[in-house]
Amino acid sequence: MVLDYVGVKEINGSLIVLEGVQGAFNEEIVDIRLDDGTIRQGRIVQMDGDRVVIQVFESTRNISLKNTRTRLTGKPMEMPLSREIIGRILNGSGKPIDGLGDIYPEKKANINGTPLNPVSRVYPKNYINTGISTIDTLITLIRGQKLPIFSGSGMKHNELAVQIVRQAKIADDDGKGFCVVFAAMGVKNDVADYFKRSFEEFGVMNKVVMLLNLANDPIIERILTPKCALTVAEYLAFELDMHVLVIMTDMTSYAEALREFSSSKGEIPGRKGYPGYLYSDLASLYERAGMIKGSKGSVTQIPILTMPNDDITHPVPDLTGYITEGQIVLDRGLQGQGIYPPIDILPSLSRLMKDGIGEGYTRADHQALANQLFSSYAKVIDARSLASVIGAEELSPIDKKYLVFGEQFESRFVSQKFTENRTIEQSLDLGWELLGLLPRGELDRVDDKILDKYYKSAEE
Amino acid sequence: MENKDVIFGINGPVVTVKNSRTFSMMEMVYVGKERLVGEVIKITDKATTIQVYEETTGLKPGDEVVGTGAPMNVTLGPGIMDNIFDGIERPLKEIEAITKGAFISRGAAVSPLDENKKWDVHITVKKGDKVTGGDIYATLPETRIIEHKVMVPPNLSGEIVKVNKDGKYSINETVAVLKDSEGKTHDLTLCQKWPIRTPRPVRQKLPADVPLITGQRVIDTLLPISKGGTAAVPGGFGAGKTMTQHQLAKWCDADIIVYVGCGERGNEMSQVLQEFGELIDPKSGRPMTDRTVLIANTSNMPVAAREASIYTGITLAEYYRDMGYHCAIMADSTSRWAEALREISGRLEEMPAEEGFPAYLPSRLSEFYERAARVENLNGTEGSVTVIGAVSPQGADFSEPVTQNTKRFTRCFWALDKALAYARHYPAINWMTSYSEYFTDLDPWFEKNLGREFIEYRSKINAILQEENKLMEIVKLIGADVLPDDQKLIIETARVIRVGFLQQNAFHKDDTYVPLEKQQLMMKTILHLHEVAQELITRNIPISRITSLGLFDKLTKMKYDIPNDKPEMFKDYEKEIDEALNSTLTAEFN
Repeated sequence: MVLDYVGVKEINGSLIVLEGVQGAFNEEIVDIRLDDGTIRQGRIVQMDGDRVVIQVFESTRNISLKNTRTRLTGKPMEMPLSREIIGRILNGSGKPIDGLGDIYPEKKANINGTPLNPVSRVYPKNYINTGISTIDTLITLIRGQKLPIFSGSGMKHNELAVQIVRQAKIADDDGKGFCVVFAAMGVKNDVADYFKRSFEEFGVMNKVVMLLNLANDPIIERILTPKCALTVAEYLAFELDMHVLVIMTDMTSYAEALREFSSSKGEIPGRKGYPGYLYSDLASLYERAGMIKGSKGSVTQIPILTMPNDDITHPVPDLTGYITEGQIVLDRGLQGQGIYPPIDILPSLSRLMKDGIGEGYTRADHQALANQLFSSYAKVIDARSLASVIGAEELSPIDKKYLVFGEQFESRFVSQKFTENRTIEQSLDLGWELLGLLPRGELDRVDDKILDKYYKSAEE
Repeated sequence: MENKDVIFGINGPVVTVKNSRTFSMMEMVYVGKERLVGEVIKITDKATTIQVYEETTGLKPGDEVVGTGAPMNVTLGPGIMDNIFDGIERPLKEIEAITKGAFISRGAAVSPLDENKKWDVHITVKKGDKVTGGDIYATLPETRIIEHKVMVPPNLSGEIVKVNKDGKYSINETVAVLKDSEGKTHDLTLCQKWPIRTPRPVRQKLPADVPLITGQRVIDTLLPISKGGTAAVPGGFGAGKTMTQHQLAKWCDADIIVYVGCGERGNEMSQVLQEFGELIDPKSGRPMTDRTVLIANTSNMPVAAREASIYTGITLAEYYRDMGYHCAIMADSTSRWAEALREISGRLEEMPAEEGFPAYLPSRLSEFYERAARVENLNGTEGSVTVIGAVSPQGADFSEPVTQNTKRFTRCFWALDKALAYARHYPAINWMTSYSEYFTDLDPWFEKNLGREFIEYRSKINAILQEENKLMEIVKLIGADVLPDDQKLIIETARVIRVGFLQQNAFHKDDTYVPLEKQQLMMKTILHLHEVAQELITRNIPISRITSLGLFDKLTKMKYDIPNDKPEMFKDYEKEIDEALNSTLTAEFN
C-alpha cells in the first residue's frame, strides 16, 4: 500500500519537515506532489522517530504547510546507467535535458557510491601526454590521478582544460576507449556553452556526457551534480573499461552550495562558515578517481576551482589540495604578462609523477631535469626580489644569469600556443636548452652522468 | 537476550536510541539488519547516542541495535603482521574476497585475523608454572623475521594446569589452561582482545635515551628522536609529510612499523602496499611488509572509523611492544583524525571551542601521544612505541588548534616548509623552526657510540646555519656582493650544508638511507673545508680564488659520489682539500 503524507510541518530554506512518517529509511528518496500537479523530489537527511527532515532538490518555492502530498519511493538516490548515456546532456541531478528522451537503464547505481577498497586499487603509473610543456615535464598527469586546477575568476582555466582534453585525446590510443564526463556546477551559461562548442569543434561530442547545473539552477541539485557525474564515470570506467576524464567546474560553487545547505539545516559551522565535514565530503568525490584491479578503465579527474580573492589558503583550495594528488596553480601575474597557460610552477605539483616518468615511461633524465628546473626557477624568484630592492644593475653576475633564465623560461617554456602540441621529447630538450643559460656549477640537482649527456652551455 | 533496543533517530553517522538503559558507555554495538558496527558515545536518561562506523543509508527508526557487552576492541594475535586493516581492524583483503569487488559493502562481517590458518606453535610453559599478565606461554614464527610471542592477558594470573603439545594450532584453539586464584579456569588460545582506548599496562616507563636511527641526515643529526619518543610533522599540502613518513617507515631501525593512513588518499595506500612489498629491508633481507602492518582508513571511508583508526594502530603497536619489540607508529594524518572528532562532535551538537573543534581536543591528543614510551614490560622485556604524527594545518598556518596542541604533547617538531618544498628541497624540514627536545637525553648515547666529535660537529653545523640565516637578512636587502669574505664563506659553506647534507634524495639508492658513520664523516669533511678556507681568508686570499677550485661543488655531490660502504673515500677528499688549498697558498706567496 502506498501512503501519501498530506502537508508538511515546517519549511526552512530547502528543507521540509514531516511528522508521523512510518517505514521510511535514511537517505530515502521521496516524491512531493504539489496541488498544481508538479512533482519535486527530495531526500531524507535526518530522522527522529516519526519526524523526518527532507531536503528538496528543486527549491521549496510555492510549498505551503498544506498544499503537498509526499510519497516515499522506497529507494535511495539512484542514477540510471547505460552505454547510451555517452553523448547525452543531463541536468544536475542526472535527468536528460537534451530532448532525446529518458535513458533506458541497463543498471541503476546509488549516486553516493561505496568506498573503494584500498587493496583493490591499482597504483596509477601511466602518464597522459597533454602536449603542454609545463604539465608534461613538471606536473605530469597520470591516468587515474586527481589533479585540480587552482584558478581565479577571469583566468584561463577553461581554455587550459579544453586544451588538455583535446591533446590528451590524441595521445590516447586513437581515442578509442576514451570519453569525457563534464560536470558544471554553478557556472555561467557561457562557460558551459564554451565547453560544449569546443567539444563539438574537435569532434568528441559523441564521447562526452555533460551534466549541467548552471548558476541559476537550484543549489540542492548542485550538491548532487558531481556525485551523479562520478557515478557515470565509474560505470563507464569500471564496467565498460573506458578511460574517463572527468572535468568538474567549479568546485568552489559546489562547496558554497554545501555551506548554504548546511546552514539551513542549522549545523555548527567550521572555518569560514563551511560545514565541519567539508573535508570528508570533498574526499568522497575526489577519492572516486583511480584504477582498480580487474578493469582496464580508469577515472582521471580534473576539478577546476576558482580561489576566492586568489587565496590558496581559502578552505576550498586548501582542503582540496590535501585530498588531491597535486595541483596546477594558475597565476594572475603571468596571465597579466600575456603568458598562456599562466601556470605558476612553484606551488604546482603532481604527486604521482615520480613513478610514471623516467626510463621506460618518458626519458631517463626527466626527474632530474624537473628537479633542476624547479630549483633554478625558485632562485629566479629570489633574484627578482633582490633586484626589486637594489636594482637589476647591482646584481651579481650569477644572479643576472638567473634573471635571463627566468625570462626565457617563462616566455618559451611556460608559454605556448593554445593549439600547440609539444611532444615530451621537445619539452625536455627545451628544458635542457634553457638550463644551458646557467653555468654548470649551478645545476646541483643533477648528477654528472646526466649533465655530461644533456647539458650544453649556451655560451659555447 | 536483554541487550537489545531499537533506533529512534538518525543524523549522518550518529544514531540515537530513546529511553534505553541497555548500553554502557563506549560499548560496541551492531546497528540495523546489516549489523553495522557502532560505538556508544553518549548516554542520558532520555537517549543513548551511537556513532556508526559505516554509511547509514537505508537505516530505519525501529531497526534493532544489539549490544556486545564489551567496549570497542581489537583482536590481538598472529596474523597482524603483513596485513592491511581498516580503522576498526577489519582485514581489507578478506573484505575484497567476500564482496568480490573493488568496493567495500557495508556490514561485511569478517574476523580480524585468519581463523583457519595453522601456526607452528612452540609452547614455553610447563604444567605447574605460575604465570602473571604479560608472561609468554607460546611462541611462533609469524613472518620470516618476526617471532610472535603469545602472552597471558595483562589482567590474568594464576597457575598453568594443562599444557598441550607443540604443534600446529589456529588462533582460537586452546594451547594451555590457566587456573586463577579463585579456582576459575581460563583457556589460553593464541589471541586475546583488548579495548582500543585503554593503554596496555607496563611495569615502568624508561628514560628516552636511545635514539631511533632513521638514516635521514636532517633528523639524525640536527633533530633526533628517541625510541619511545613523539614527533609531530606539520606541513601544508605538497610539503612532503607523506614522503617523510614513508621514508621513516622504510628506514628507521624499529622492529615493527604500524602505518596508519588516517583519512588520506587511497592511491597513497596502494603505493605503500606495492612499494613496501618490493622493498627489501637491508637488515633482514626480507620485504619491508614482513615487519609492517597497515591501517588504511582513507578519506572516503566512514568518518567514525577514521576516529578509531589511530587507537587501533597504537593498540597493535603496544601489543608488539609487550613482546619486547621496538615499534614505530606513523599516523598520517592526525588532523584528519581531529576533523573526524569535530564532525562527530558537531553531530552531537556539542559546544565547539576553537575553530569548531571540541573542547576536549587537547586531552584526546595528549592521551594518544602519552601512549608512546620506552618501557619495561610486565614480562620484564624492554620495548618501545615511537609515535610520529603528521599534522595537516589548514592553509599551512601553524597557529591552528591541532598543530598548537600537538606541539604541546610532542617533543620533536619537524616543521615542513613550503618554500623549501617549492624549491624541491626534500625533506623540506625547516631547520630554523623545527626543534627536538631529546638532545640532553640522547647526547650520552651519541658520545658513547660515535664519540664526542659528533656532538661538536652538530653544534658547529648548527652555528653556521644560524649565522647564515642572519646574513641572509642582509643579503635580501643589499645583495651578497657587499659582504666581507669571511661572511661570504659562511654563506658558501651553508649552501654546501643545505644542498649537500640536509637535502636528501629519497630516490637515490645510496642517498635514501645514510648510516650514522657516513653522516658524521660528511659533517667532518664539510667542516674541514670550512676551517681550512677560513684560515686562508685570514691570510687575505680572496674567497673567489677558493671557490674557483670547485671544492664546494664537489662536496655538495659527495652524498652521491661516496657510496655508503666506502667511508675510506672521505680521507681522499680531505687530502684533496688540503692539497688544493695548500697549493693556492703557496702560489699566493711565491
